Amino acid sequence: MAIRFIVLTLLLPLSALGGTTAIVGGTVAIGDGSAPIPGGTVVIRDGRIVTAGADVKVPQGATIVDARGRWVSPGLIAPFTQLGIGSFSRVAEINDSTAAESPFSAAIDVSTAINPDDAPIQVSRAVGITRAAVVPFAGKSIFGGQGAVIDLSKRMDVIMRPRAFQYVELGAQADRPAGGSRPAAYAYFREALEEARDYEQPFGAKGERRWHEVLTRADAAALVPVLEGKQPLLVHVNRASDILHVLALRQSYPNLRLILLGAREGWRVCAQIAAAHVPVVASVGDLPDNFDSLASTESNVGRMTRAGVTVAVSILGVYLEAYTRELASGLVAITREPGASGLDWGQAFATITSNPAKVLGLDGEIGSMRPGRRADVVIWDGDPLEVASAPVAVYIDGQPQSLDNHLTKLRDRYRQLPPGALPKSYDHP
Amino acid sequence: MRRLCRRLLGLLTPLALTACAATSAPRDTAASPGTGRVTAGSTAASHPGESRAPLPWDTDPFPSTYKPYAGAPTLVRDVTIFDGEGGRIDHGAVLFAQGKIIQVAQDIEPPPDAVVIIATGKWITPGIIDIHSHMGDYPVPSTASLSDGNELTSPVTAEVWAEHSVWPQDAEFSRALAHGGVTTIQVLPGSGNLFGGRSVVLKLVSGRTVQEMKFPGAPYGLKMACGENPETVYGAKGRMPSTRMGNIALDRITWSKAVEYKKKWEDYEKNGGTPPSRDLQLDTLAGVIAGKILVHNHCYRADDMAQVIDMSKEFGYHVAAFHHAVEAYKVADLLAANHICSAVFAEQVPFKMEAVDGIPENLALLYQAGACVMTHSDSGVFVQMLNLEVAKMVAAGRRMGIDIPDAVAWEFLSYNPAKALGIADRTGSLRPGKMADVVLWNGNPFSSYSRPEKVWIDGALMYDILNPKLHPIADFELDNPGDEDVK
Repeated sequence: MAIRFIVLTLLLPLSALGGTTAIVGGTVAIGDGSAPIPGGTVVIRDGRIVTAGADVKVPQGATIVDARGRWVSPGLIAPFTQLGIGSFSRVAEINDSTAAESPFSAAIDVSTAINPDDAPIQVSRAVGITRAAVVPFAGKSIFGGQGAVIDLSKRMDVIMRPRAFQYVELGAQADRPAGGSRPAAYAYFREALEEARDYEQPFGAKGERRWHEVLTRADAAALVPVLEGKQPLLVHVNRASDILHVLALRQSYPNLRLILLGAREGWRVCAQIAAAHVPVVASVGDLPDNFDSLASTESNVGRMTRAGVTVAVSILGVYLEAYTRELASGLVAITREPGASGLDWGQAFATITSNPAKVLGLDGEIGSMRPGRRADVVIWDGDPLEVASAPVAVYIDGQPQSLDNHLTKLRDRYRQLPPGALPKSYDHP
Repeated sequence: MRRLCRRLLGLLTPLALTACAATSAPRDTAASPGTGRVTAGSTAASHPGESRAPLPWDTDPFPSTYKPYAGAPTLVRDVTIFDGEGGRIDHGAVLFAQGKIIQVAQDIEPPPDAVVIIATGKWITPGIIDIHSHMGDYPVPSTASLSDGNELTSPVTAEVWAEHSVWPQDAEFSRALAHGGVTTIQVLPGSGNLFGGRSVVLKLVSGRTVQEMKFPGAPYGLKMACGENPETVYGAKGRMPSTRMGNIALDRITWSKAVEYKKKWEDYEKNGGTPPSRDLQLDTLAGVIAGKILVHNHCYRADDMAQVIDMSKEFGYHVAAFHHAVEAYKVADLLAANHICSAVFAEQVPFKMEAVDGIPENLALLYQAGACVMTHSDSGVFVQMLNLEVAKMVAAGRRMGIDIPDAVAWEFLSYNPAKALGIADRTGSLRPGKMADVVLWNGNPFSSYSRPEKVWIDGALMYDILNPKLHPIADFELDNPGDEDVK
């Protein structure tokens, strides 16, 4: 067998050679909820996973990556980010995450403006995140617009799925754009969907205008795929009763493909969420932050999962992706607390890999190392749910990615103080 | 989300700076409890040799009424000990009684009356001290009416005291104790002002009043802020400061007044006569110059820190700690030479221009330079995982070749913040005679899978993961949905 053992380096041009790569000897976490497999193998060909697990035969001629002592997993997926549109939130000159003065709402399409050079994308990649949903914030309407799913590679075309979902506020944060109350938000929402329904026939028999009451033409057009169930609707709600009100919208609009975002009190109505087959991007927290989250508990994700809900986790904040792993590991930690509902390691890891992929309708493509998935693979220097661990190599679509970024270059520049023979500005590669 | 936004992207992000004042900040010199005497402004004129009112910055009209709760003498055996001052004992023993640490050793013979805990596979540490908190001042639920942390009506509000905003029923306190192993916090005013006001140090023992939580005898702090926050807040109001140079100018104008005020009081103390008019704002600032009140300075950029250091020398005060200290690593040598501590984050969100150079190796580089450094939370969420913040930062240091042993790393969580707060002689490490502020962890506290199992404050068991009766629940939470939950 012409197997070549290669010492792992950060920029190994593996699949770039176009052949087959086998990552051998590491602890393999498939990401589909299963337990990690010590001494497993991951085989990659043409940017896709061929197979991953124990007792995998290494194909002849494969380039071998030695991952002994390391962990191998799918890249993490962050399901709520402003990567590429939000840097930096308090620097108005470059913040594209919200547009409070725009005449448009649902028509806003973040895929038209994502900047793959955004520094936080480079930093997030280096902590093991390979895909993200980019979510526009709501401005003066309850509709924030259409989010996209991106990869975190360094190439210019990072948009995996444009217009992947529509974003809407129907909880506490809905009342201001809706004019002051939650029922007003529902009235607005229903009117908006009616205008979308009328979009194709804007004038009635008497020639009267049937839409354009609250939406622009473009916004109404943008809501047509939501109404028809062709585009998921990401609904930000946390209060248990709000969740039930959202689920009830299906009685009027049966085709809605709902995703709940937040769902802090989801555990109180988890049977109903499960029965409705609605997935959740859960905000993890144990504090009654506001009057929508009085029942917050760390057990929320565990209880919803046990009820049969597909749950991904997120911190709902800008550029908090670096804390993704803490969310999942906390779910494991509480399994040792009497009365708490946690998750085992495999389930917890799924909340940041395959479950966000499922929520986004992309689990056939990303989120796990099951056969046929895109080869988004991270090799870690230890258990990825231990925060002390870090990636030593990241692949996206089988392509090795640079882990260098603004922060690593600063680290190298300031490794030694004070400045030497020349100022620090002369200290660069 | 709103809570995090406040730390990470809110317009009035109350990020604060602390400074390690270990070398220059006097200990035990701040206001003592029970000295709420009549203030000087109301006393009659006196003459040399007559008894005079104390200097106004030496009094505390709001004295602590904290009393430790009862605790059984407790011996924890077969436990991994991080003593908080760099020491580690495997399979060791810790004994505490009457609220104090009695002994830390390889093994200790159980006293007859002691509760004995065999803690095989567990860790014991000093309680975590969070030097930068806004709990109580920005409590949950987050509402406009409870947002009491930033007196944004003037850039100079040294006269406001954070303790007067603390809502003792903030549910965040209990989570920090139970999920974070935190036993002491410093509550600071926000960072919208140049002089934000006085801080207060609290024990995480819930009280009906903030006085019942006040750490007895802890020095007061003064919250200051440099950089973007003050200039943007007041620039938007069309008043000074609207620039960084405006920040420093108004700082210096204010310090000049404080120097003059302090001299008036000292002249009065020396020579008698009519007591000077009382100025609550300048009381605090004169107390800083007198070394009685410690400066905790929110500051991100390295060059801003250098300006503050020169200004402090001009007016004769010392910065205890720079808080957030995003770029401290760029001037670690300067900070070490000036004995100023840095309180830092593991992950710095680039939410504003002065935050874009935050690197995870900040802590390790400061440690390498011999500077005092610690972690801090600024958040009711992140206060619950300060141990993991340190785990991340230590790991980042190790990856660049700076090896910090785990036991030394615990200094970043308890002893160094205690030093910067001027309370290291009383808490922050497991030394005999110190307060028994102790956490028993159900595994290595630098592992993501570990949590506090028991937390003692002054030797009283205030949290037990195994006993639902020992899970504190705030008044606000009673009869909320899920109020009986383990949270």
